Amino acid sequence: MTKNTSLPATPAHLALVNASAGYPGHPAIHDISIEIPCGALVAVVGPNGAGKSTLFKLLVGLLPLRSGQALIHGLPAGSHQDCVAYVPQREEVDWRFPVNVLDVVLMGRYGRLGWLKAPTPEDRQVALEALRQMDMAQLAGRPIGDLSGGQQQRVFLARALAQQPHILLLDEPFTGVDITTQEVTLRLLADLHQKGVTVMVSTHDLKMASQYFETVIMLNKRLIAYGPPEKVFTPDLVSQAFQGHLLMLDNSVVVDDCCGHDHIHEEE
Amino acid sequence: MQWLTDPLQFAFMQRGLLAALMVGTLCSIVGCYVVLRSMAFLGDALAHAILPGVAIAYLLNGNLLAGALIAAVAVSLLIGFFSQQGTIKEDTAIGILFAAALALGVALISSIRTFAVDLSHILFGNLLGVSPSDLIFTAVLSAAVLLTILLLYRPFLVISFDPVLAATLHLPVTLLRNLMLVLLGVTIVISMQTVGVGLVAAMLVTPAAAAYLFTRRLSTMMILSACFGALSSLGGLYISYYANIASGSAIVLVATVIFLVGFFFAPRRGLIWRWLPSTSVVRQSKP
Repeated sequence: MTKNTSLPATPAHLALVNASAGYPGHPAIHDISIEIPCGALVAVVGPNGAGKSTLFKLLVGLLPLRSGQALIHGLPAGSHQDCVAYVPQREEVDWRFPVNVLDVVLMGRYGRLGWLKAPTPEDRQVALEALRQMDMAQLAGRPIGDLSGGQQQRVFLARALAQQPHILLLDEPFTGVDITTQEVTLRLLADLHQKGVTVMVSTHDLKMASQYFETVIMLNKRLIAYGPPEKVFTPDLVSQAFQGHLLMLDNSVVVDDCCGHDHIHEEE
Repeated sequence: MQWLTDPLQFAFMQRGLLAALMVGTLCSIVGCYVVLRSMAFLGDALAHAILPGVAIAYLLNGNLLAGALIAAVAVSLLIGFFSQQGTIKEDTAIGILFAAALALGVALISSIRTFAVDLSHILFGNLLGVSPSDLIFTAVLSAAVLLTILLLYRPFLVISFDPVLAATLHLPVTLLRNLMLVLLGVTIVISMQTVGVGLVAAMLVTPAAAAYLFTRRLSTMMILSACFGALSSLGGLYISYYANIASGSAIVLVATVIFLVGFFFAPRRGLIWRWLPSTSVVRQSKP
């Protein structure tokens, strides 16, 4: 177990080397090489099925690589204790499960607790502090199923905070949540960034990606572009990544991809 | 009050009652995971999959319960193996292995002519035939399963609620999942004698589903479910004594009544509150 200082001593360094994943013939991501320096705040954008979630799952060691390497601090992903926290998309969780908000956040501490030990008062302290940071402390005793989608998202963010990670991966945290949650999430990102945590966020919202992130990864199974937003969001690269999901209106780009179903493209 | 003590003058009734209480409690607690992880089909499948184990044990003149235990553990691990390869879904794996084991069991049993009596006991339970050694067997295994669940409460909670988090926390997810299957298998074997394999799925699912209607916390759900299970066993056994019906079915029917009461009248979640216009007042009075 690592010591429970509040934030990372060794900064995170993330790298993919010729990484591919998925089934043969249907690669979820293909031949991606990328290096993310410690403390970077990175947005991952791309159309549905571009492999954003796959990328994250590779980095937490949830999916096996077909070829190439995924490295964290120079070691293969998945071999690090306490290092990476991951907040999955909302749909991947059974919200009717009988647990309350504090129970969920305390789960973030289980990695440090070992198998049989009960959470200490200090663990509770960390969990409650994480909830407070998400403006959720007043709902600590509520069943998770009674909360709104945005509140549930914030509980999961609090849980990721309670893990005190060096690297935080958020899969679509801005999709289908209320304004308050978006604001709290952005505030959290800024705060973590300041503390030197490496943060990767996948999003459909290109405007948000360009406004709040210093680095953008644009994916469509392959790596399309990686760099500062102004270098990545060029009409050429964006149309290369989004292809049919794209609408060009004068100088602005509209991506018709937010709800997950392909629809209305009469203008094209 | 004599009607309460009357049945207990027989030693076999005392043993039956103890066995029913232990099994009812155990099934109901393990059943919480069955309900929450949608493993009802698996429970039913495992219950039938122990048949070949029993038949082989009978052919070899071995202990029937030991045979059942080996079969249940083998089948649950096989189901885990097949579904974890990613080529077929878990319910498909269950369907295939369940049918195969049942077919093998029937094939074996059909070759044994003298098996008829014992078979009906396995299918429907024989609570009144519980021997003192059966009782010890039940007690020891129940205690082992409950102790495991108590000690591994948190890891089991995480793999049930959020397997993705479990993996990122580096919990041994596959090991824990297989262990849960083994616990389920053991529970089913223990239940064979009280409710029989035909009805054990009900004891796994019904009290836990009823408890789920009353609470939103796993620990409370487990305690409540255990109470419902024990109550069903107790009530069922008395009903079976006085109405002269099979004890297994009486127990399951009582559990079903408890579930139905919860389904309609549970605070907040009962169906009746949706029908009554006064619900909004109740909700508003909550802080």
